[in-house]
Amino acid sequence: MAHHNPWPDEGNTGHIWDEDIRELDNPPPLWWMLSFYAGFITIVFYALYYPTIPLTNGTGQFTKGVAGWTAINEYHDDYKVLKDWRVGKFADKEEKLASLSVTEIMKDDELKSYAVATSKVLYGDYCAACHAAGGAGNPNFPVLADDDWLWGGGIKQIEATLINGRMGNMPARGLMGNLTDQEVDDVTDYVIALSEGKGGDAAYAAGKAVYTKGMCLACHGPAGKPLAPAGAANLTDHVWRFSSDRDTIKNVITYGVNVKKNGEYIEGTQKAVMPAFKERLPNPEVNIKRLAVYVHSLGGGQ
Amino acid sequence: MSDNKDLYRDNKQTGSLLDEMNLDNKNLQNIGVEILPVHTGGTVHAKRIPGKFRMFKWITASFWISLFVFPYLRWDGHQAILFDLANRQFHIFGLTILPQDIWMLAMILLFFALLLAASTAVAGRLWCGYFCFHTVWTDVFTWLEEKFEGQPNKRMRLDQSKMSFEKIKIKAPKIAVWALIAFMTAFSFVAYFTDAYDLWARLFSFEWGSTETIVILSLTISTFFFAGILREQTCIGFCPYARIQGAMIDTQTVVPAYDNERGEPRGRMKRVKPGEEAPDLGDCIDCNLCVAVCPTGVDIRRGQQFGCITCGLCIDACDSVMDKLKKPRGLIRYASLAEFAGQKLPPLFKRPRVIVYTAIMGFAGAMLVYGLLTMSPIDLKALHERSPLFVQMSDGSIQNKWTIKVVNKSNEVIHADISVTGPAGLTYVAGKQITIQPGNVGSTTLLVRIPKNNLTETSTPVYIHVKDLNNDEISADYETAFLSPKKR
Repeated sequence: MAHHNPWPDEGNTGHIWDEDIRELDNPPPLWWMLSFYAGFITIVFYALYYPTIPLTNGTGQFTKGVAGWTAINEYHDDYKVLKDWRVGKFADKEEKLASLSVTEIMKDDELKSYAVATSKVLYGDYCAACHAAGGAGNPNFPVLADDDWLWGGGIKQIEATLINGRMGNMPARGLMGNLTDQEVDDVTDYVIALSEGKGGDAAYAAGKAVYTKGMCLACHGPAGKPLAPAGAANLTDHVWRFSSDRDTIKNVITYGVNVKKNGEYIEGTQKAVMPAFKERLPNPEVNIKRLAVYVHSLGGGQ
Repeated sequence: MSDNKDLYRDNKQTGSLLDEMNLDNKNLQNIGVEILPVHTGGTVHAKRIPGKFRMFKWITASFWISLFVFPYLRWDGHQAILFDLANRQFHIFGLTILPQDIWMLAMILLFFALLLAASTAVAGRLWCGYFCFHTVWTDVFTWLEEKFEGQPNKRMRLDQSKMSFEKIKIKAPKIAVWALIAFMTAFSFVAYFTDAYDLWARLFSFEWGSTETIVILSLTISTFFFAGILREQTCIGFCPYARIQGAMIDTQTVVPAYDNERGEPRGRMKRVKPGEEAPDLGDCIDCNLCVAVCPTGVDIRRGQQFGCITCGLCIDACDSVMDKLKKPRGLIRYASLAEFAGQKLPPLFKRPRVIVYTAIMGFAGAMLVYGLLTMSPIDLKALHERSPLFVQMSDGSIQNKWTIKVVNKSNEVIHADISVTGPAGLTYVAGKQITIQPGNVGSTTLLVRIPKNNLTETSTPVYIHVKDLNNDEISADYETAFLSPKKR
């Protein structure tokens, strides 16, 4: 900064850099000053109108504005506008969902896509925790996007599953509970062979005999395929209820599924419960149907 | 320069910052004031004289009449040119462009940007001088001003006179006509975005929406303000194109230019008294008519400058004077610096800038033609399900799921039939064929299954085909990836 000032009458502040760059002392424009003062005046009204001054009572609150405005109230008001609009716009569709049966809903393309579109949040809240997004499934929780259904993949059956829940059970060590360790081993090999389409091989004759002796066919069907979907897994297909891992399969045969003794689960038994959603969902009369349509649309509905 | 600057000035019509400024003032230079030859003496009231370029300007200006007329043309039951933002459809006569094809807009912009560059490189600011809406509107506004208020000197006196009832009486009709033109300009602009007839109808029933009202009002005001009041100040102080184009001009560019060698030394012709030697003067008689007719108030004799919009009116003015003097025309003419320097101009196709600009223009034009020719009336998108990516089915096959979206860009209803091809054993279930109304999107779910043994990679290409059952020629293909687990 130079101290020599060749422009003494110019109104500069005496701050001069690089010989000739200097700071002038011009007043700001009038319009600028007016808006500057207007800002100060506005602040007063702002502070009166909105919650502005922090209170020292430890609640983290602010002085109430004269109009009682709060951010959360504004949010609620805005949300109400949106919700009212939504309810008004889709009232007829909701009405139809409530009055029609799921079978009828499935026949109406427009209503069906409405049900699917409005199910995503519900599915995320109530179903995805176990069955994962898009019905991808999780260990022990069935995939909903495939075509393998323990209780049937028709829309009516899916609806029934949602309403009352499902709890299959499989007795430990055969229907009579009398299979020996060796017999369990044999039958494990046999069901794995069934799934691979090799059930008829002579190598698995022992297991096949155990399958009959243990009365497995009572539920799983004489050929490993249940006669009707009633909770028993189809042993001939590629989809495993719990896991394709041999140890897990053997474990299920040994300890059963949902086996209880004196009201308590026995040790080692495989737990598998689908809760009843008629008590869990909000507005279940409509939402059960909505979700049934959604699950049916995931890729495996029959 | 400062010594003789007053020598040639007898006209208060134009003043330049240069004239008032002591250029030797170190003070000003140090502060960094840009010394520009700009008219600073109040509103420019240019004289209007007939001529070749005047005629040419009216012809080019008349192209803008189309702005006011086109909204009322109809085509196939809709407005011929309609940028329907609400329904996201652009109608240009028989052509409907949906947002999917908007890349062509980029090509149009590229084409015109380069057209601007190429024309500027060849012949200066052709856009500014003859086509620019600001130039044209200002031209029409000042033409009306002359009709209502008289010749420039009369107008200048009127401007300087005190506010009075008489003054208002003279000015009011002009302002009314200006306002009407400004309103029609704004209205016509908005009429490209909504039905023009409907817009008129709703004007008289006061049913304009807030957007329409705001756009029309602000465009009316800005048209009035820019063309009526700011005038040449817009070109000098606001418009970026003026400056950009200034930078595109080179020594080979022909622009309206004053032939210094022929014109100087300038001076009024005097009757030579006996015994006196006749002064050796150039052809310029310093009549200042070229300055008086200039709509931006520049003096072309100072050379090409950024205030000059190259409208050629000074050429008309000078030619008329030269005719009277029985001297050859062209003291001010379209010429390049190279020409004055005695160089020979290379032909157009040998100038690198022209070649590059035209090449890019050609590219943009070719892309446009390609886009228009191949514009499919149908647009297909297949969105792969993200969770789960694939599912194993009970028979051991793998299933993938897609959401198919088909956009109907044609004017007919499309019944889209979906099919899929891919590896052996591929089966698919598509939601039944979809019916899509013109301009709408139809969507459905597609399930594709492939036996696990036929999949060698975790990602296998499959091809989705959509065909219109009504019209065999309408179809679209989409390549997508079928995902499957790693083989174990």
